[in-house]
Amino acid sequence: MSELKQELKEKIIEQLNLEDVAVEEIEDTDPLFGEGLGLDSIDALELIVMLDKDYGIKLADPKEGKKIFESVDTMATYIAANRSR
Amino acid sequence: MNKSLQIRSYCQIKNGIISHNGKVVFEHPLTDFEPFIKAAYKNFETDYPKFFKMDNLSKLAFMAAETVLSDKAVEEKNMAIVLSNRASSLDTDRKYQESIADEDNFYPSPAVFVYTLPNICIGEISIRHKLHSENSFFIFDAFNADYLKDYADGLLQNEKAEEVLCGWVDFDDGRYEAFLYIVSETGNHPHTAEEITRLYLTP
Amino acid sequence: MSKGVAITGMGIISAIGNNVAENYASLIAGKKGISKISQIETIHKDEIMVGEIPDTNPVLEQKLGFTENQVSRTVLIGCIAAEEAIAHAGITDINDAETGLISGTTVGGMDKSEQYFYDYLEKPEVRQHITGLHAGDSSKKIAQYLGLKESFVTTISTACSSAANAIMMGARMIKSGQLERVIVGGTDSLSKFTINGFKTLLILSDTYSAPFDDDRKGLNLGEAAAYLVLESEELVQKTGKKVLGYVKGYGNANDAYHQTASSEHGDGAVLAMEKALKVAKIPATAIDYVNAHGTATPNNDLSEGRALIRLFNGKVPEFSSTKASTGHTLAAAGGVEAVYSVLALQNDTIFPNLNYKTPMKEFELDPITEVTKKPLRNVLSNSFGFGGNCSTLIFSKEI
Repeated sequence: MSELKQELKEKIIEQLNLEDVAVEEIEDTDPLFGEGLGLDSIDALELIVMLDKDYGIKLADPKEGKKIFESVDTMATYIAANRSR
Repeated sequence: MNKSLQIRSYCQIKNGIISHNGKVVFEHPLTDFEPFIKAAYKNFETDYPKFFKMDNLSKLAFMAAETVLSDKAVEEKNMAIVLSNRASSLDTDRKYQESIADEDNFYPSPAVFVYTLPNICIGEISIRHKLHSENSFFIFDAFNADYLKDYADGLLQNEKAEEVLCGWVDFDDGRYEAFLYIVSETGNHPHTAEEITRLYLTP
Repeated sequence: MSKGVAITGMGIISAIGNNVAENYASLIAGKKGISKISQIETIHKDEIMVGEIPDTNPVLEQKLGFTENQVSRTVLIGCIAAEEAIAHAGITDINDAETGLISGTTVGGMDKSEQYFYDYLEKPEVRQHITGLHAGDSSKKIAQYLGLKESFVTTISTACSSAANAIMMGARMIKSGQLERVIVGGTDSLSKFTINGFKTLLILSDTYSAPFDDDRKGLNLGEAAAYLVLESEELVQKTGKKVLGYVKGYGNANDAYHQTASSEHGDGAVLAMEKALKVAKIPATAIDYVNAHGTATPNNDLSEGRALIRLFNGKVPEFSSTKASTGHTLAAAGGVEAVYSVLALQNDTIFPNLNYKTPMKEFELDPITEVTKKPLRNVLSNSFGFGGNCSTLIFSKEI
């Protein structure tokens, strides 16, 4: 699981163009949206694409995204349970 | 009631050089856009993380606006924006098209799609400087000083804006060029098509 | 001294009709032009509904006399609409007065460029679609088709407010005496590029869009071309031609909030509407009907609804979005809705906002859902584009 979390942090930084953020700076439980990393709605859409592209998960209802993308922890848990890649 | 209008600040970006009011303010050994504009961003201590989400056209327009607005904060907030170019958003359009070109690797990117319009760069400048003023984006074959001059004149003489940020920001296939200037009631250069063209052409 | 900007001709082709008369007939019959896509092979064809123009490219090419596969669909529908507008304005020689063309587009020739993306290397016969992609190219081709000689031709590309901005620009050039006559509006055809792009933003509906409805799921993309012919008062007096209405007010402002979403309380929208009223020199109470931008996305309708309440101090006049009939035609929308606003004025008729059932929770606003007769003097039309570009036009019976 910790490997997946590391991978997610790297992907988030790269995919979302977070230039000045280092992997070490992202805590597993840090909120990704709002406070914390301050991601926005377009970032959320990119994460949905990432779930599909890298883990084979198609979100049936994009509103689910809110819960899944709360933190790296919640993302990793969801992906581990649902991935097909 | 005809006001006498001036150009109070202008900026050029091309070939790895940023100049403001005719003086070089930043120069980079590599003229390749991406390392150049990133270095410029850092050089001016811009501190605006959303910069890195922008496409090349918006990054170019953004830094040009940062430069041209650097000597006086936009207090009035009634600054209209009239930009133009030749390539529209084609550079980003192509990138986006690539993300949907392969049937087997088909992942359209929302973050790229959002920039497939040339006027988004105006949106980015407006968000940064909190400008709610009138704005438009024109596509021309080449830089059109006459048109921009008439448009800015119209806005200012009819008191639709207190100042106008005008210019040309073009990005296509690695080639970049930006020329932005502010039209106002005060300034050091007369607001005429000849002067605008002269400033545009001065290396 | 403000001079009047007269509207002397209109032309349109959309999912609900190939010309002005057909569009009007569809509007008063409450006809929907929304269906599953048929002319483009897209993997999303079962997941989206669109406002597609029924005529195929070969049919349009034949009508206009273009060789097969020479130009993009955006050009074809643009020519159809612009030609109708000119004929409607009674123009026999387009160069007998200083005439310009200001056209808005976002797609340009993308419908063709994307189709032949892999073929350019091997097939020289499709390479015209490379330059055809360019937004300015479509306007040039339309100008060429119309026989517009040395004059003013330009392209505005400000997303969904492009045509509205073209109309605003044209009105200004007439008022300032730079042109005597100008053809203004926009054109956009459907393409995989746009379909996929909007799909990744998760703002497309998989069913009929329902503007201002609490259960709205998103927009239906559409394609259309629509143009007005604007003329100066002097030119109208010289020729004695019939005036359909006047472009009385216009305003543009930036929302300065997000690249694609609108601010929560519609700041940009309020500013644009206020500016338009100022130019028109009329109070908000003089507006009899609002043709809303009303795309049926959760974001727009909330933002625009709030903006309307703010502007009209709670007393919002009758309003509707005609996008449930035509789909969201992107750059052409401002032109399509300008034509519909003039039709509304000419016929004292408000067109229905289809598919509306449940009022939104956030406020008490009900759009008009049936064709409604009402004396109309001033109609306000909104067009809000990505990049925070908010535009408002006011059309009137009087100068």
